[in-house]
Amino acid sequence: MVRMTEEKHLPQIGEAQLKLLERLSNACAVSGDEGEVRKIVLEEIRPFSDEVNVDALGNVLATRRGSGELLMRVMLAAHMDEVGLMLTHDAGDGIYRFDTVGGVTAIDLPAKAVWVGKEHIPGVIGLKPLHLGNSDDQRKPVGLDDLRIDVGPVAGKVKVGDRAAFATVFSQQGGSLRGKALDNRLGVATLIELVKNSPSQIDLLVAFTVQEEIGLRGARVAAYAFNPDMAIILDSTPAYDLPTWDVDENVRYNTRLGKGPAIYVADSGTLYDPRLVRHLVETGEEHGIPYQIRQPGGGGTDAGAIHKQRMGIPSASISVPGRYHHSPASIVRLSDWQDTMDLVTAALFHLTPDILSGER
Amino acid sequence: MKSLIQKLVEVPGPSGYEAQIRSVVRAEIEKHADELHVDALGNLIARKGKGGADGIKIMLAAHIDEIGVMVTQVDENGFVRFTTLGGVRPHNCVSGRVRFLNGVSGVIYMEPLDDATKVPTIEQLYIDIGLSDHTDAPVKVGDVAVFERPFLDLGNRLVAKSMDDRVGVAVLVETLRKVKNTPHQLYFVFSTQEEVGVRGATAAAYGIDPDLGLSVDVTGTGDTPRRTKVRMEVSLGKGPAIKVRDGGMLADRRVVDWMVRGAEKLGLPYQLEILEGGSTDARAMQLTRAGIPAGCLSIPARYIHSPSEMVDFNDVQQAVQLLVELVSHPVKL
Repeated sequence: MVRMTEEKHLPQIGEAQLKLLERLSNACAVSGDEGEVRKIVLEEIRPFSDEVNVDALGNVLATRRGSGELLMRVMLAAHMDEVGLMLTHDAGDGIYRFDTVGGVTAIDLPAKAVWVGKEHIPGVIGLKPLHLGNSDDQRKPVGLDDLRIDVGPVAGKVKVGDRAAFATVFSQQGGSLRGKALDNRLGVATLIELVKNSPSQIDLLVAFTVQEEIGLRGARVAAYAFNPDMAIILDSTPAYDLPTWDVDENVRYNTRLGKGPAIYVADSGTLYDPRLVRHLVETGEEHGIPYQIRQPGGGGTDAGAIHKQRMGIPSASISVPGRYHHSPASIVRLSDWQDTMDLVTAALFHLTPDILSGER
Repeated sequence: MKSLIQKLVEVPGPSGYEAQIRSVVRAEIEKHADELHVDALGNLIARKGKGGADGIKIMLAAHIDEIGVMVTQVDENGFVRFTTLGGVRPHNCVSGRVRFLNGVSGVIYMEPLDDATKVPTIEQLYIDIGLSDHTDAPVKVGDVAVFERPFLDLGNRLVAKSMDDRVGVAVLVETLRKVKNTPHQLYFVFSTQEEVGVRGATAAAYGIDPDLGLSVDVTGTGDTPRRTKVRMEVSLGKGPAIKVRDGGMLADRRVVDWMVRGAEKLGLPYQLEILEGGSTDARAMQLTRAGIPAGCLSIPARYIHSPSEMVDFNDVQQAVQLLVELVSHPVKL
C-alpha cells in the first residue's frame, strides 16, 4: 500500500527485505561478538554510503550525504547485538558452565537449543533431570548454577569465552514473523533500507551499534563521534498485550501487536525530546500511518546514551513491537514492521530545521 | 526573596518538561545577565562577567525540574495509571493531589491492599480525575503532572512542593542579581532533568567547559523525630551546608575549604554535609571532559521529595550571601 504520493522511493517490504531480515535473524551477534551481523550490514550498505567506518568498539558508522550545504545532520541508530550466553567453564565431555549476556532469565533456558561460537555448533541447555531429584528440587526455581550447555564431544570447536545464541530458525506465516533476535534485527533491517532510500535534504549519519544489551556502550561512542544535530533510534520493544489472568484489564501492555510503530515518550534512560515526539505523531496523523505511544516506564534504547553526549542531542526512539523478546523466539507482525518503515521514512523526508529551532 | 521562592515553587516543571518554569526564571534574570541561551536539553544558561586576569570560568547550577508523574494508561473506568519521573515514593502519593500541565487536576489513591500495614507499590496507585469511563479523557498516555500543595509561610520556615530545587534556583537568581563585580566568567545554569540522573547538567557542563563547578541544591537533615541513634549531622536553621560527599560525589577538598573560608570571612554559620544517598548536578560537572574541581552549596531541607518540603529562610539568605562573596573575588584553591 502506498500512502504517500510525494515520496516515490518509500521502502516497501517485499521478498528481498524479508530475505534480509531472515539472514539477520539467523545470524548470531551476542553482545561483544557482533561480527556476523556487521558483515551483512557492511555488504548491504557499502554501495549506498559516502563513507563507511568500523570504529574501535565495532560500531558500523556510515554517512550518506544529502544534496546541498549545511544540511541537518541526523543520526540514525540501531543496535546489532542480541542477548545470549557466554561459556565460562569447561567441565569436560562437551559440557560447559555459562553466564548470561544481557537481559536473559534462567527460567527461559532449560532444554533450549543453542548455537555456540562463530561456527554455530549446535548445543542444548541441560538441566539436572527432575525425575532423579527429590520433590523439593522440583519446587526450586531454576538458577544458572543448575544449568549447563552441552555440545557433545566436539573437540576444539568450542571454548570458554565463546558466545551462545538461541538456535531458532526464522520463519514467516502470512503476516506473522517468528525468529530469534528480532530485537533488534528489525531495527537493523529497517535502517539498511533507509540507507538505500535516504532523503536528500539531510545528511544521514548511520550507526549500527554494538553492546546495547549490556548498557548502551557502543552508542555512546558513536554519538560522540558523529556529534549530530539530532538522533532517531530504531529498536524493537516488548508487547505484553496478552490477556491477563488475575484482573479484568491489562493496564501494563507496554505495546500491542498490530497497532503500528511504538513511539517513545519516556523510558528508564531517556525523556524524549517533545519536539521530535510531536513530529513523529504529526507525521503519523498526516499520512494515515498507524502508530502507538509506548507506555512510559522502564526499559530503554541507545537514546539513553546518545542524548547525553557532548552538549546534548535531541533524540527520539521508534520500535517495532514484539512479543517474547529476550527469549528463544519472538513473534512480530509484518504490518508493524511496514508501518514502522513508513513512519520513519516519512518523518525523515519531512524533517526541517524549524522542528528544532524552538526551545525544547 | 520569599515572594520569589513562592513564585518559583508554584510553577510546574516535571523533569523533561521544563518550558514553563524556564520562562518564569528567564523573566527574573533577563535584565541581569550579559548573555542568555537555551541548549538542546532545555538548560537555561546565563553568563555574567567577561573574566579578567584573575578570573576563571565558573559554572553554578540549580535544577529547574521537579519530580512528577507520567500517564501510562487511562483504564476502561477512567482511572489514570502512571509511572514516576524522578524519586517519587508511594507513601508520599496516597491521597495527594496532582495537576497536569494542561491544567487537569486529580487525586491519587490506591487499590485495596492485601495487607493494610504495607506500603503500596506505584503500580497499585492510580489518579482519579473524576471520570466515569475512558472516552474523551482529557489526559493521554505520556502526559505529565506535578504534585500540588499550596506554599506555606511559617515565618522562618517555608514549606512547598518542589522546594527541591526551586529554593536553589532562587538562590542563584538572587546571586545573579546581587553580584556587581566579578573577575570571573560566571555561568548560571538552570538545569533540566536533574531528578532523573543529572542529565541536563551533563550536557551543559560539556558545553561550558568550566574551570570550577558548584551546584546549589537541597540536602537532607537529621533533626526530626526518629527512633534510631544514627542521625545526619545537618539541621534546619544552622546555616547553609557545604557538601563534603554524597552518594555520587566526593566534593573537591579544595572547593570545600574555599567555601569554608568564605563563610568564616563573613562570619556566617555553616554546616558540613555528609549525605549517604543521592547526588546533585555537581557530580556531572566533576566528571565532565577531563574532570574539574566541583562542590555543592546545600540548603538543608526536611521531607525532600514529598509535596511538603521544608527549608529555613535564614539558611537560604545566608546561602546567597556566601555565594555572592565566593564568586566576587579571585578563587585560589
